[in-house]
Amino acid sequence: MAKKSASRSVDELDYEAAFRELQEVVASLEGEPESLEEAMALFERGQALVKRCTQLLEKAELKVKQLSTAGEAPPGEE
Amino acid sequence: MQPTLFGTLQWTVSSLTRYIREALESDAQLQDVWVRGEVSNLSRPPSGHLYFTLKDSGASLRCVVWRSGVSKLGAELHDGLAVAAHGRIGVYEGGGQYQLYTDGVHAAGEGELYQEFLRRKSALEAEGLFAAERKRQLPGLPRRIGIVTSPTGAALQDVLNTLGRRMPMLEANIAPSQVQGTEAPAQLIRALERLNRSTPPPDVILLVRGGGSIEDLWAFNDEGLVRAVVKSAVPVVAGVGHETDFTLVDFAADVRAPTPTAAAEVATPTTLDQMVGAAEDSRLRLESAIMELMGGLGSMVTGAAQTLQFRSPASRIRNDLQRVDESGRRIESAARQWVKLRAEALDGWGRRLEALSPLSVLGRGYAVVTRQEDGAIVRKVAQAQDRISVRVSDGSFEAEVGGERA
Repeated sequence: MAKKSASRSVDELDYEAAFRELQEVVASLEGEPESLEEAMALFERGQALVKRCTQLLEKAELKVKQLSTAGEAPPGEE
Repeated sequence: MQPTLFGTLQWTVSSLTRYIREALESDAQLQDVWVRGEVSNLSRPPSGHLYFTLKDSGASLRCVVWRSGVSKLGAELHDGLAVAAHGRIGVYEGGGQYQLYTDGVHAAGEGELYQEFLRRKSALEAEGLFAAERKRQLPGLPRRIGIVTSPTGAALQDVLNTLGRRMPMLEANIAPSQVQGTEAPAQLIRALERLNRSTPPPDVILLVRGGGSIEDLWAFNDEGLVRAVVKSAVPVVAGVGHETDFTLVDFAADVRAPTPTAAAEVATPTTLDQMVGAAEDSRLRLESAIMELMGGLGSMVTGAAQTLQFRSPASRIRNDLQRVDESGRRIESAARQWVKLRAEALDGWGRRLEALSPLSVLGRGYAVVTRQEDGAIVRKVAQAQDRISVRVSDGSFEAEVGGERA
């Protein structure tokens, strides 16, 4: 599972996707990967995901939008 | 009382007045009364006490408020105001006057409003609109929060500050509305509907306004608004007024919060701090896992190397073998040591990462042994063939396997 999603660049992932994949990578690594190569790949991917998550958390800023009242129906017509 | 010349008992003014006073003040019913009337003759002499007369068409009642009680009265008095006053009946002997010693007042309109509130509440409750089963769970990690409130009120600022502090990784969509006055209910309903219709809709809606009197909050008792809250597909958290204020939307909402700030807190159960903690935990597990693996691989390579004998250049290879052996043991204890020191901060993890990388393990004397024929990595003795390649930190060399394989 972790191998398939490795094709998506870490920088494109939003927080939920990055964190979810990180959980999968950790589980795979804890579950005895088949080869040295796989272990290396998982580990490096995991590091990238941790970095991405940390980045997103540090940069997090509340986005505030106010819905406009343009195009409102007059009272009583809705 | 003195007996008279003629034998009938006669009062003095004082004794009679005292008798009347005791009669009135010992009547429990007169010691805790609410009385309705219109305020007139309001005066506040230098003494600081407040005097007024409550009247209706048939009678009048003198009232006095001690200076100390004036600020706690509960309403601003003026002549002509219809009020309900609370207090006890007493007698001012010096003036031969009974009066109401008043400790609380509210404008008569408030009492009626409250009655209307109770009436609506039981009617809507009977329809099942406030039933606990209707209430929905709030999402644990909302991405988008809708806010219905006055754009200029303090409530909005309190909510945004709280959201920014707890969970800045979200978007707040404000649907502005008046929050009191005759226009307010319709605007509140429209704001709720707009948020529900927006794409994408928010994960939770906060319906908030700051404190005020029952008249100020009256829009939140509007029946149409109550129905709109119940109908909202997005869960609604109501945070109206102060802790002790209850309006009908409080009963209709999925969650009632005592204040706007509390509403923002309830809507963000997962905080940024918690998420940072979870990411850190995952990182620790990742690094522990790779260390475990390195420890395991180390012993495998060491074990395999021990049972193979290499031919010439024998001395060079034997040196390498020895290094693999020793390194294997060193690696394992270093790994344990490293895990013990793991309580460090994020800073410098890049350097540690390098040390952990499987490739740099080769620098410590590990060798990767592969079969020349198919390039497969040799992990077990049985996999070894006659011709092998040995990869060390700076390159590889070929070797022939001779001797025992055990």
